[in-house]
Amino acid sequence: MCVAIPAQLTTRDGNRGTIDLSGSELEISLALVPEAQTGDWLLVHTGYALAVVTEAEAAETRALLNEVLGG
Amino acid sequence: MKEHNDIITLAHGAGARRTSALIDEVFQPVLQLPTQDDGAEIDHRLVVTTDAFVVRPLLFPGGDIGKLAVCGVINDIAVQGATPRWLTACFILEEGLPIETLRQVVESMARTARAAGVQVVAGDTKVVERGHGDGIFISMTGIGQLPPKLELGVGRICHGDQILLNGTLGDHAVAIANAREGLGLDPPPQSDCAPLHTLTAALLSAPGVVFMRDATRGGLATVCNEVADATGLGIVLDETQLPVNPRTAHVCELLGLDPLYLANEGKLAAICRPDATAHLELMKQHPLGANAAAVGTVSDQVRGVWVRTAIGGLRPLPMLDADMLPRIC
Amino acid sequence: MSNQLRDSAAVKTLTNKLARLERPIRIMEVCGTHTMSIGRWGLRKLLPPSLQLISGPGCPVCVTPVSYFDALWQLPDVTIAVFGDLLRVPGSHGTLENARARGMDVQVVHGPEQALKLARKRATVLAAVGFETTTPGIADTIRRAAEEKLDGFHVLCGCKLVEPALCALLDGKPDIDGFLLPGHVSAITGSNAFDFLPRDYAASGVVAGFEPVDILAALVLLARMICAGEPGVRNAYPRIVTPQGNQHAQKLIRDVFVPIDTEWRGLGIIPASGLGLAPRYAHLDAARHYGLSLDPVPEPPGCRCGDVLQGRMLPHECPLFAQGCTPSSPVGPCMVSSEGSCAAWYRYERA
Repeated sequence: MCVAIPAQLTTRDGNRGTIDLSGSELEISLALVPEAQTGDWLLVHTGYALAVVTEAEAAETRALLNEVLGG
Repeated sequence: MKEHNDIITLAHGAGARRTSALIDEVFQPVLQLPTQDDGAEIDHRLVVTTDAFVVRPLLFPGGDIGKLAVCGVINDIAVQGATPRWLTACFILEEGLPIETLRQVVESMARTARAAGVQVVAGDTKVVERGHGDGIFISMTGIGQLPPKLELGVGRICHGDQILLNGTLGDHAVAIANAREGLGLDPPPQSDCAPLHTLTAALLSAPGVVFMRDATRGGLATVCNEVADATGLGIVLDETQLPVNPRTAHVCELLGLDPLYLANEGKLAAICRPDATAHLELMKQHPLGANAAAVGTVSDQVRGVWVRTAIGGLRPLPMLDADMLPRIC
Repeated sequence: MSNQLRDSAAVKTLTNKLARLERPIRIMEVCGTHTMSIGRWGLRKLLPPSLQLISGPGCPVCVTPVSYFDALWQLPDVTIAVFGDLLRVPGSHGTLENARARGMDVQVVHGPEQALKLARKRATVLAAVGFETTTPGIADTIRRAAEEKLDGFHVLCGCKLVEPALCALLDGKPDIDGFLLPGHVSAITGSNAFDFLPRDYAASGVVAGFEPVDILAALVLLARMICAGEPGVRNAYPRIVTPQGNQHAQKLIRDVFVPIDTEWRGLGIIPASGLGLAPRYAHLDAARHYGLSLDPVPEPPGCRCGDVLQGRMLPHECPLFAQGCTPSSPVGPCMVSSEGSCAAWYRYERA
């Protein structure tokens, strides 16, 4: 129901940030993810970051895939 | 609840199904054009083509409306296998346009034509009241010469022919969307606007090219659908071979767009007899073909246009009704 | 990560697992972006016939009622900021694209914030449509407009909630074994928001991402729960979705909006399934400011979108499908948005 993509946060200035779109930067709002830090991977939708991908969560995805692919 | 179809909307100019319908319903019944191609052979190996150019902004990263017009007309001539020779240009200017902007556009037009060895031989200028135009509209006609004995055309396309593409898809559309809608991409993506006549000449130096078409409005998907419609043959594109610039791909994912349907101004599809390795090599050696790829095959085993996806699935690639709009869902 | 999630060997392993189902199962993909992704990757043809995927009501554009579009047509000479998805949806008077051709100032925006920029120049109405994914950004935009005291900015509220719609659907006792749950809605609501599925309806759900391996892995997990007869909710999109979701965004939604009864195209009025402006933001409500009528308008005759949205009918089983109803001339909501189940079926599955 919603087109959203992952992108990396390159700079942050208060509630505003820029993400890297494979070569160009785009300004977005960080109003919904106050915890986001430069270098984080974000989920971006309609100009807003909705979620921050943490390393722990990425590892969980790998574990889940192993479970499903293996078992 | 039906669409109210009694007035022109932007969708009628998108080069997709609604444009075809407009031609079929309004133009063709009374004008009875001998061809619905972008250009036609008129006499003694001469081909003529005509095109109108409207773009906002007038100057954009990678080009401007003057360069766009010259490249657009050159490319329509070049894909017929002809050598572009002469151009005419009509300018419709809007009251209030800075003369400096016009100067830049005309200089760019002249520079592009000169570099391509093409002469602008006649022109016309009209001015419309403020609010009745969009700065500059250009209408351009071009004439080119066909070499003796060359026969290209959709009628020659056969089962097994290969489809070559000279580079990445969707760059023009993304550059324009960014410039027009103030997306704010930094650095801004560049249009691929370029004249393709030396590339087509290089391709034609090897035998086996049967058809060429520049993939402008509606993108590669529309070209493939036009070929499939005209021949009754199917086309299968290989997603893993489709060249797309990573930034264009990323922006398209963000906006919900498909690069296969987006406009290009420096890309062509060449349909060649197999094995087309030599043609692919000729493309790659050309400065405008560094990212060239063999992207698909003509087949009598399917109907319509399909994409073999990167995971081995198969999805249809139909003609769109109108241009693709950015979407949030 | 994305390479791994588009890996054809992993796809093969997962489709092989799904080919060994103990019994036929019917799964509803709630979210229209899942429908699109399934079509875009050609997944349906890789799945065994025993696994049937049914498209649900998760396209905000499709479920926006005719009355909403008719209300936009009632606006005086203002700028209407819309997402591209809405431009070609037919209302009683035609599409917004038609409205633009007739002189209305309709501007396509990529995000709600762009409406603030427009409103600084000219009175602007943001056509606010979306589920929980889009709503927080709209809420933030509304809050900023109020802070800025931006007189020219109003919103026509059309935002909707997923949970009440799923409950309304389940109350109708549809023939569905489990739900592929919307990953990006869940990024906001959290996966716990779907605990009501096993608790209240003995139904299973798996929160899924949108890459092909994401979708197939979720289907494997879902099939396991269904075949074992142990209803539950699993999160197969943990890189984005947490159990609690984005609590800042949830709070923002609660601050700016209040739940209201709202009309869903094809489904009728569902209690507390829509979002209206909270009292402190009520002055920004375009319906109130411009006196717009949002009274329900009858659905077009013969349209079976309600049945399609509830999974009672596949798109091509509707008598209007590809006959009177096509993407170029849509009759019902499921054909109007490119992610609508009928439009996706027309585009990806028809041939």
